[in-house]
Order: sequence, then C-alpha cells, then structure tokens
Amino acid sequence: MPITSDPAPAARGLGTTDAATSAIEIHGIGKRYQITTAVRPVYDRLGESLIRGFRRLFGTPGDGAVNSKIIWALKNVDLSIQRGDVVGLIGRNGAGKSTLLKILSRITDPTEGYALMRGRVGSLLEVGTGFHPDLTGIENIFMNGAILGMRRAEVRRKLDEIIAFAEIEKFAQTPVKFYSSGMYVRLAFSVAAHNEPDVLLVDEVLAVGDAAFQQKCLGKLGEVASHGRTVVFVSHSMSAITRLCNRGVVLEAGAIHFDGSVNDAARRYNELVFGGDQSAGGRLPHVLYQEGTPDHHDFAITRIELLTTSSQPMPVVHTWDDLVLRFHFRARQHVRRGGIHIELRTAEGNKVLELSTQPIANVPMAITPGEHHADLRIRRLPLAAGDYLLSAGLVIPKVEWLWQMPDLAGLTVHPRDIYDSGLPPALPSTAVAVDHEWRI
Amino acid sequence: MNGSAEQVLRIAPSRGWVGLKLNELWQYRELLFFLTWRDIKVRYRQTVLGVLWAIMVPVVSTVLFTVVFARMANVDSDNRPYPLFTLAALLPWGFFAAALAQCANSVAQSSHLMSKVYFPRLIAPLAAVLGGLPDFIVAFGVFVVATIVYLVKGDLSPDVLPGMNLLLLPVFVIMTIMAALGTGLWLAGLSAKYRDVKHAVPFLIQAWLFMTPVVYSANEITPSYRTLIGLNPMIGVVEGFRWALLDIPPNVPTILLSAVVAVVMLVTGAFFFRRVEKGFADHL
Repeated sequence: MPITSDPAPAARGLGTTDAATSAIEIHGIGKRYQITTAVRPVYDRLGESLIRGFRRLFGTPGDGAVNSKIIWALKNVDLSIQRGDVVGLIGRNGAGKSTLLKILSRITDPTEGYALMRGRVGSLLEVGTGFHPDLTGIENIFMNGAILGMRRAEVRRKLDEIIAFAEIEKFAQTPVKFYSSGMYVRLAFSVAAHNEPDVLLVDEVLAVGDAAFQQKCLGKLGEVASHGRTVVFVSHSMSAITRLCNRGVVLEAGAIHFDGSVNDAARRYNELVFGGDQSAGGRLPHVLYQEGTPDHHDFAITRIELLTTSSQPMPVVHTWDDLVLRFHFRARQHVRRGGIHIELRTAEGNKVLELSTQPIANVPMAITPGEHHADLRIRRLPLAAGDYLLSAGLVIPKVEWLWQMPDLAGLTVHPRDIYDSGLPPALPSTAVAVDHEWRI
Repeated sequence: MNGSAEQVLRIAPSRGWVGLKLNELWQYRELLFFLTWRDIKVRYRQTVLGVLWAIMVPVVSTVLFTVVFARMANVDSDNRPYPLFTLAALLPWGFFAAALAQCANSVAQSSHLMSKVYFPRLIAPLAAVLGGLPDFIVAFGVFVVATIVYLVKGDLSPDVLPGMNLLLLPVFVIMTIMAALGTGLWLAGLSAKYRDVKHAVPFLIQAWLFMTPVVYSANEITPSYRTLIGLNPMIGVVEGFRWALLDIPPNVPTILLSAVVAVVMLVTGAFFFRRVEKGFADHL
C-alpha cells in the first residue's frame, strides 16, 4: 500500500523540510516564455522581405510589426519531495507539468527561483531519444544508455536483461529501422527502465505501445519506486497515476492547485476538467473536446461532439438517452486497417466502458489522409448519473496506438428516474443503469 | 554511482558568462565517444562506395586542382610535384572544411536530443569535429602512398623528405581542430537563433578556401603582409603541414600568429557557446 505523505502546505512554504530526506526541493520556480509572432505570412517571397528589410532600415514603422507576448508557464512553484516518494504530476495540457519536468531535467533554465536535487537524476521525457534507425538494437542500447547517463560497463552488465525485457532477442542485431513501432518503443523503454537513478523523472512516455507492454512498463516503474527511489511521474492517465503514486500534485495555469494524497488529487483534477468546461466560454456545451493548437502528430482526434440521433447538438445527456458521439479526426498518413478506441472511467479510475471499431464492434475502418469524422451511436446509454472521464484514441487494432489522449474530456450524465421510484441510478452507488424488473 | 546521496544538484537561472565546466565534460566522455562513433558509423551507410569516399574526395580534388592550377594556370608549387604540394594542404583543409560544416550544424542536428535530455551541450560540436578525424587519417594514408609513388618514380627527391620537423605534425593537427572547433562554436551558438547560419556556412567555407594557400603557395602573397596573413589560422596550418610533410621552409611568425588566433577563437567560441546554450531548448 502506498504510504500517504503529509505535504502540509504551510510547512512546505516555510521550508522546514528535513534536508537529509528530501530528494527534490523546489523554491519559487518560475519560467517565462516570450512568444513573438511576426505579423506576416510564414512563407513570403524574397522580394517582399527585401522591401521590408529596406523599410526597417530607414525606420518606416508599421510594416513587419512583431507581436510579443509574455507567458509564465510556471510561477512561484514551491514543492518538496521526500526520498522514496512517488509523485504524480497531474494537470491539463499547458498547465506546466512538462515545463517543470524540463527544468528539473536541466533541459531548460528556470527564469526565477531555484531547485535542489539530491542523488543521481535520470529523466525519461521521451522513449528512444537518440535512437538511430541505421544502428542495430544492441548499438542503440549502448548509444541510448550513454545519453541517459549510464556507464558503458553498466550497460554491458544489463544488456541481456534489457534485451529480454524488450522481447527483441531475435532482432538484437537488426537495424532498428526494420523494427515495428511496438518493438521500437519496447526497446527504448527497456533501456530507460534499466537505468537506476536515485531520482527518476518520467513524462507521458507510455502513450504509445500496446496495452500489455504498457502494463509491463508500469510494473517496472512500480518496482523502481519500491526500491526507495524517488519518482516524479507525469501522465494524463489517472489510473496509472493512482496505481503508481502515493502523492498527487495538480498543476493548473503554472501554479500548484492541489498537493496531497493521490486519490484526493485525482478528484480535484476531475473537478478541474469539468469546471473548465463551463469556464471555457468559447466552447459550446455539446462539444466535449476541442483540439487546441494543432500539433505535429500525424494523427489526432480534433473534436468530439455530442449529438442527438438526428444529428442535432445535444447539450445535456441523461441516463438512457439515445445519443451520437461524433469524433472528428485528422490524419496525414494512410492506414489500411485503422480504428477508434474509447474508454469511460469514473473519477476513481474505474473503467466502466470500453468501445472500439475493432476488435470490439468488428467494423473495419480505413483511415485516409485528411479531415474526417466517425459517429458512434449509442442506444439507451446505460450509465448512471455522474461524472465520467472520456479517453479516446486512434489505433491500429490490437497492434498499437496511432494517437491517444487519456481523460481528454468529461462527460456528465444527468439523472433520469428510469425506475419511476424517485431514486434515479447515480454514482457512486452504481455506474450502470440496467433495464430490469422484479417479479414477485 | 548509485547511492551517491551527497551529490547535490542546484538548478537556478544563469545569467551572462558562465564557466566551461570542463570537469563535467570529462564525466560525459562516454557520451562524446558514442556520439562521435555514431556519426562515423552512420556516415557511409547506404552508400555504394562506402569508406572509399574518404579516399575519393582527396584524390579527385587533387587531380582536379592539378589539372586546373598546375597544367592550365601554371601555379608555382615551391619546386615540389604539384599533386603532393596541394594534397599536403588538402589534408588539413578537407578536415577543417568538413569539421566546420558539421560543427556549425551540430546544434540544429542534435536539437531533438537537446530538447529531451540533459548533457553538456559542448559535447555536440565536439563530437561533430572529432567525427572528421577518421576521414583525415584515410586521406593521410593517401598522401603517404602518393609520396612513395613519387619517390619510386624519381619525381620527388629524397632530399626534400621531412626530418625532425615531421614530429611537429600533431601540433598542426591540433591547431586545425582548434580552428575548426573555435569557428564552429561561434557559428553553432548563433545557429539556434539565426537559421541564416546554415545558408551562410557553404559560402564562408568557399571564400575561406580562396583565402588560404591550398592551391597556391603562401610565398606568392605580397611580402609586406607575409606575417599578417597568419590572422587566418588555416594559413599557419597549411604552412605547417607543408613544412612537416614536404620540408617547405615556413614563415615561422605566420604560424605563431595563426596558433594564437586558433587558441583565441577556441576560447572565445567556447565561452560564447556556453553563454547562449541555455536558450537552445527554447529556440529549437
């Protein structure tokens, strides 16, 4: 059982933590980014830029103006993490989780404040950093090990173990460009998992790969934690966080929003996701998810809408409603056998529903480059009233994730008195609303 | 390494000039080794000629220069066979040009690494420069073979074979590394913010070749500037190589000036790089 830590905010603020046991101390860390967007098209012709250059030279104002915006990705973050703590960093996209991890990993400098870290620090912000497609599996193990700060002798000692964990025994001498993406991820994670730092910083690295291996990786991370090492783990997956961590820190808009037991943190995050829907004024109530700025991924779900069976916007859902979930997605590549996979969980992380085009519904789906949408029609939604978290992704069924976003949206089911008893089924007493009758 | 609990790392904003942290560079020597090794290993993959390219480049350049400058333009080669004369300069020049290009591009090249993992950033340009050494060694082999051929044919008098001055060759190799690394560090430091660097480097190298006596003799430069031209560190290097390999008497002040410039470039380049490197992850 995870030990519940006692991160009393007052004590942390005063810096009274015992220096001998804290692995990470963060004092007033802030990170400022200056976003400059030139007011001009991205692709311009040489002639135009020359003219602009001349104008600037002679001080003609107006043209070529630059918008400069200052953004604090993190502000005044104080946090003390004890040796042996396994801390889950939770927060929505852009809340500052990755920035904090990047500062602790020394990839980017903080703008203000300071942090102290005790012991050897290993960070895993991405699996397979530095992998070269032309090098063999073994060569990449050594390369990646060096990048992660492992000594050559150490890698050599653990080589067999790394290969066995990744399940690539037959292909160890094959250049990794011939690997399936699953093998690639397995090997990359395996190297990282066998690095044994005192403090391990892990970003959302398990978003790819097949489910079975994800489980194996989580198990390995748990093993690392049980050896008294300190782990800071960023994930969107609440179930992974609640399983692994004993402490949860919720970041929101660059500041610590909550710090405490992992279950409380999960609840607070849940409130944040649902509360955010109302505060985000621009979003219509029937839009469950809307992509922010498009990312560089080849695949992405861009928008999820809640519609009636006649394709009208459906702002409110009740138990046993007929409804349509419309998934808008974007693809830059062709996938002959693709699919959509969704899951619904409760705030505690219990899965109540898992649906997919394949293998569950066995509906073939080819993905072609471009913007598309697919409709999921649900008759008599069998969910009790309450808040659910929706995870969705694009997949190659039973092989791998193309794109995945755990807990990307909240779905609130409103109560309906389906049994005519004045007691509509609701969480937490039940998650499912069963059509039933008693005969007596 | 595990359990070294006493090791405390302090993370804080750094401003202005910072130290080079050479001890940390030493700790990461294995990464330097692997990055260099990877560059070398991958360089000739998927090429038909493979390592033969390392032989082809100096040989073909020498033949071209000989045809154009010795046969057509009648360039003076200090009484040595022109192919050996120019190849002796092409050895450091080829290494310098390739190392400089790789080094200037090293930050952009490893941007992916730099945005995902910490290591002393100086490792990247250092690995880029060291990765050029195997090609240099192969080219040196070409020179040795060519010299033997000319001796056997009798086109090269044994009197002009180098004596003790050959021992100075490593010094000039190190000078080449310093010149390439020094210039490359400046360019690499600028390249994260200014993508112009990538486009400017080929022109810079071409112009630099014309300003360096690779195809012609340093003695053809106006005598009043004879020492001052050492401000181009590659002139000192080329003179040094011709001295060490072909016993062509050098102008020692030129070489000394070049050596000073190479050291200054390296030291200022390294400090400049360290000053700007903290912005890499944010710019890339």
